[in-house]
Amino acid sequence: MNDLPEHGDSAPQPRQAAIEARGSGLSRAWDSDLAYSFRRSPVAVAAGATTLVFMLAALAAPWIAPQNAFDPASLNLMDGFLAPMSRSASGSLHILGTDSQGRDLLSAILFGARVSIAVGFLAVAFSMVLGVGLGLVAGYVGGRIDAAIMRIADIQLSFPAILIALLVFGIVRGLIHPSQHEQWAIGVLIIAIGLANWARYARTVRGSAMVEKNKEYVQAARVMGRSSLAIMREHVLPNVMGPVLVIATINLALAIIEEATLSFLGVGVPPTQPSLGTLIRIGQQFLFSGEWWILFFPALVLVVLALAINLLGDWLRDALNPKLK
Amino acid sequence: MIAYGIRSVLQAVLVLLAVALLAFSMFRYVGDPVANMVGQEATQGDREALRERLGLDDPILVQFGRFVADAVQGEFGISYKQGRKVADLLAERLPATLELAILSTLLAVVLGIVLGVYTAIRRDGVIANTVMVLSLVGVSLPTFVIGIGLIYLFAVELRWLPSYGRGEVVQIGWWTTGLLTESGRKSLIMPVLTLGFFQLTLIMRLVRSEMLEVMRTDFIKFARARGINERSITFRHALRNTLIPVVTIAGLQFGGVVAFAIVTESVFQWPGLGALFVQAVQFVDIPVMAAYLMFVAAVFVATNLIVDLLYFALDPRLRNEAPAGAGGR
Repeated sequence: MNDLPEHGDSAPQPRQAAIEARGSGLSRAWDSDLAYSFRRSPVAVAAGATTLVFMLAALAAPWIAPQNAFDPASLNLMDGFLAPMSRSASGSLHILGTDSQGRDLLSAILFGARVSIAVGFLAVAFSMVLGVGLGLVAGYVGGRIDAAIMRIADIQLSFPAILIALLVFGIVRGLIHPSQHEQWAIGVLIIAIGLANWARYARTVRGSAMVEKNKEYVQAARVMGRSSLAIMREHVLPNVMGPVLVIATINLALAIIEEATLSFLGVGVPPTQPSLGTLIRIGQQFLFSGEWWILFFPALVLVVLALAINLLGDWLRDALNPKLK
Repeated sequence: MIAYGIRSVLQAVLVLLAVALLAFSMFRYVGDPVANMVGQEATQGDREALRERLGLDDPILVQFGRFVADAVQGEFGISYKQGRKVADLLAERLPATLELAILSTLLAVVLGIVLGVYTAIRRDGVIANTVMVLSLVGVSLPTFVIGIGLIYLFAVELRWLPSYGRGEVVQIGWWTTGLLTESGRKSLIMPVLTLGFFQLTLIMRLVRSEMLEVMRTDFIKFARARGINERSITFRHALRNTLIPVVTIAGLQFGGVVAFAIVTESVFQWPGLGALFVQAVQFVDIPVMAAYLMFVAAVFVATNLIVDLLYFALDPRLRNEAPAGAGGR
């Protein structure tokens, strides 16, 4: 934004205003363009609404959930295995039923989705920062650094993300003391999923950065004596962010599914903070005894959430691609 | 062609060495190998002896060289958790995983080509559209959810198929197979479907789009003008030209199938390598993790190499061209 930092102090007032005007004007135009295409696509509206509802509900879980699902004091074993839409002994309604410990399933799902979505967002943020950073450096600097970074990305992209995530999870766990495994589990999970997904960002950003670096505005910035770091951050980066947003959206769905898969495999979040995957893992035990709802509802929420985010990502990709207009 | 082949092999060896370096660093630096191998009540002397025996005091390069030499002979040390040789553990479980992966790939290729051709030539048909929509929904379903869904349908409700394990297996030399007994075959159905589903949709979509592309080309029009019947055009002229990308994808994906078996095996409690790896991750059993990593990398590299060389067999044009044209993956 601020093109000439050395003059930054001399006239802050008018420049600040100009930037604001330009920023809001630009963003307004961009928004309305995108908003228009959003309104015209019923699939995007439905997917967006679904995603929004799920995220808000998960965010508000502590306030809207009928029960604090993971406070052992609020559970009553007598209420276990209640079918959906039945009432417990104390008269409270369990819309989605209860699990083996008498935990209200709707509350468990709300709290579980909260963990899933939080891990998803943080993992995406982590891989985005890492991938965009490495991609910028590879594309802008080029040469051996570029070759090394992209070689690693190539190798990593040919392995399934879930394998990489499992591997990272195992290694990081090996590096911390066993007594702290539980405490750090969510952090380790975020690192594992994040490290498994950075390569796609790096590849895309590198391609765009290589195109951008030969354009005149970058040369102008170079002539003005700006450092490579500043040029990358303030000039090249904003121009390569479009595709990154698309990847990030689709990656969010992937990250949520990966988290659920890891937790389902029993290597994800600790049982004290169950996510949707943990709930599915728990529910699987009761599949044969006929308590289908313990498994079905968490799985349904996971699938619908991932599908909605995926559809949103698809729409965003088309909407941001000027060639398709 | 020979120069190209040599370069492919060299690249493969480089990738394997890089993965070996990662595996070696895991073994050497994640946790203390000595502490993990001796029991709680080991004396200082025991520890020193083990250090000596493992050669942990040698220069790092020597240690890495020894690690690679051992790895080439399939020697990966002793599992921390099970106290058995990792090589034995892997050999025991290898047949289960390979059987699953090969059958899934076969299913995906055969069914994928059939459905791909069908949806391409009956583009606006009801069945074709249904298949396309189903494949879209299927892609968004996580693998383990598909597996659980199958278990619910076929094991819980219909009671047709067993929900876990391999059933009865027959030992042939060191290989075990479930294909020769009825319970073994029944046990294979659901895991194979689950593992093959993703590949299936991938190959189907690929065949469909390639077919649509080829059907528009001049030589198909010319074949029609010559009055060749539609069946022969579809299978002898069009399908043949779509096979190169299909072989590439199926080949390159095989490594992915082996690695992705991790999830399927855990859902169906399939006694394969993937389930072993998940256990190893849970207990931070580094030797097993390192060995599995090397195994998957070797499968990847081998399939890549085979696919590279298959190009030459499938596409006569490449044999005369410079190798530069062949590297496109």
